[in-house]
Amino acid sequence: MPEERVRARAGLRLPRSRRAGATDASAPSAPDSASDSSGRPARTSARTSARTSARTSVPPPRTARDRRRALGLDAGAWFLLLPALLPILVLSVGPLLYGMSLAFTDAQAGRTDPTRFTGLANFADLRLDPLFWDSFRVGLVWAVSVTVLQFALALGLALLLDQNLRFRWLARTLALVPWAMPQVVVGELWRLVYHQDAGLLNTTLRGLHLLDHNAGWLTSPSLALPAVIVVGVWAGLPQTTVVLLAGLQNVPRELHESAALDGAGAWRRMRAVTWPALRPVAVAIASLDLIWNINSFGLVYVLTQGGPGGQTRLPMLFAYEEAFRYGQYGYAAAMGLVLVAAVALLLAVFLRSRLRPYEEEGGVR
Amino acid sequence: MSAPGGVRQPSVARARTAAPGTGVARPRRAVRYAQYAALLCYLAFLGLPLLWLLSTAFKPPRELGSAAPELLPAHPTLGNFAAAFDEQPLLRSGLNSLTVAGCAALLSVAVAVPASYVLARRRTLPARATSGWIVAGQLFPLVLVIVPLFMVLRQLRLVDSLGGLVAVYVVWNLPFALWMLRGYVRAVPPALEEAAAVDGCGRLRTLRSVVLPLLAPGVVATLMFSFVAAWNEFFFALVLLKSPEKQTISVLLTRFTGAEGAADLGPLAAASLLATLPSLVFFALLQRRLAGALSAGAVKG
Repeated sequence: MPEERVRARAGLRLPRSRRAGATDASAPSAPDSASDSSGRPARTSARTSARTSARTSVPPPRTARDRRRALGLDAGAWFLLLPALLPILVLSVGPLLYGMSLAFTDAQAGRTDPTRFTGLANFADLRLDPLFWDSFRVGLVWAVSVTVLQFALALGLALLLDQNLRFRWLARTLALVPWAMPQVVVGELWRLVYHQDAGLLNTTLRGLHLLDHNAGWLTSPSLALPAVIVVGVWAGLPQTTVVLLAGLQNVPRELHESAALDGAGAWRRMRAVTWPALRPVAVAIASLDLIWNINSFGLVYVLTQGGPGGQTRLPMLFAYEEAFRYGQYGYAAAMGLVLVAAVALLLAVFLRSRLRPYEEEGGVR
Repeated sequence: MSAPGGVRQPSVARARTAAPGTGVARPRRAVRYAQYAALLCYLAFLGLPLLWLLSTAFKPPRELGSAAPELLPAHPTLGNFAAAFDEQPLLRSGLNSLTVAGCAALLSVAVAVPASYVLARRRTLPARATSGWIVAGQLFPLVLVIVPLFMVLRQLRLVDSLGGLVAVYVVWNLPFALWMLRGYVRAVPPALEEAAAVDGCGRLRTLRSVVLPLLAPGVVATLMFSFVAAWNEFFFALVLLKSPEKQTISVLLTRFTGAEGAADLGPLAAASLLATLPSLVFFALLQRRLAGALSAGAVKG
């Protein structure tokens, strides 16, 4: 990726040479335009920029030589970065670390006596808590089946949409809607579909004589989890499809054509041409889906609130109840940590073949 | 498993696709039928639930209570929309959502634009750490963040306030905003900045008058995305807002169902439709860019 490197280097050069140039601010102005070559104009341009920067709104450093580079960034860069970095540190990284530490305490809501460090007591309690294990099992079944179904269906749809079919636009438009919908609306929508008396599903199935009574899709212990999984797939299908479709459109057409020319069938072309090009995108979106599904909350909260009898109580719902219904902050945090570990483990298993999908460069090109 | 040999024969390949009947261009008829059948299944799976929501929203109460409901309303009515506004504080929670989502989008983009510039142009430790956080932050469940966040915000008296929610949304939007914008900044050729510097622009001036205009499409896309994300968000709003007059539209929708059950289906569907509209409009505008940004980010990191 030489282009990238050049760009990065050029980006770095500006401030550094500006610092060097700032000492002799009376340097002559640029003799030629910057766009004709890369080396010299950059330096001269930097010098002029240093001279003029004193007049713009940047507070100029007293003596440029004194200006320190902290961790490789000069003051200007820090000035640009900090407004984003500070909120992240204060409201995201900080609370996260604090939350992790809460897992080892007996923190509770509305307590008067100080919170104590209790070591691994929360984890020991979790280990013996049957509700937790049920919820954990439900969460695993949910996350894995939703991710797998989502991916399989999305890949199928993306391959279809990549073909030259009529009504393709309709599928694309329809696929957009669930993606844009608030999760709560998706939940309410499917409550209407699953509604015992006035729902679309029962009406249709009875109309087709596949069912002789109205099934309680969300209230029957055996049906609730599959029903909720279908909703999860429906809600996540569009995003996965669109990403996979974008990946598919990066697959070089001429490779396909020459493979067909050489007598490769559709399946062979899929395996030998499409999949290798699609793989980085596929792995990335599948891992993200897995993470999002494990941490999912709103959908199931609206659909079943974790019922019936805890059959759909995802770990997030369990933790939410512990924290905000029973005020067991420490216990909920411990549960969160266990979830992180589970996600990390699942991802490690999944990504074993490709350790760093995000850093992979040039996988497609 | 690599591509078969004889790859570089563009002229032959082109000639072949032009030839009718065989090759990639024209699959057999049976394959086509199978493809259309599959597409139809997808359309039904994706479309029917949406159609049901739409029809429920326009059905009069008598049809809603019927034992054999029809797919389409026989006598469409706007009564459910009127009822939704009358019976529930739909307008107020809609305005709450609008305020929160608008402020959060503006603030997060304002903060993310300069930062994404640094992230795109420098490859130093803080920039790398921030980029890493964007990915790693996805991993952590919200419970781990929400409990301490709740405690911190309570100290600051920001629980049950829209301001507190805005702050949370800004931080929550930032990773994605940074990710998207970083991609757009990378597409701006550094040579342009150098040219501006030659012409006497200072650093901030270069950012403002050269980089920012080129980023405009990216900024708009990121604004819309942040707005939609905040508008759709549910969990933080549920936990952080207690008083009914402050609740956002997502939270209101979950309160719709509780009290009266079946009789409320029509207004609930109507309100759900209305709650989807803003996101839908923005998403229609965003669609292409978002897909590009997602997949580009996924591959290039």
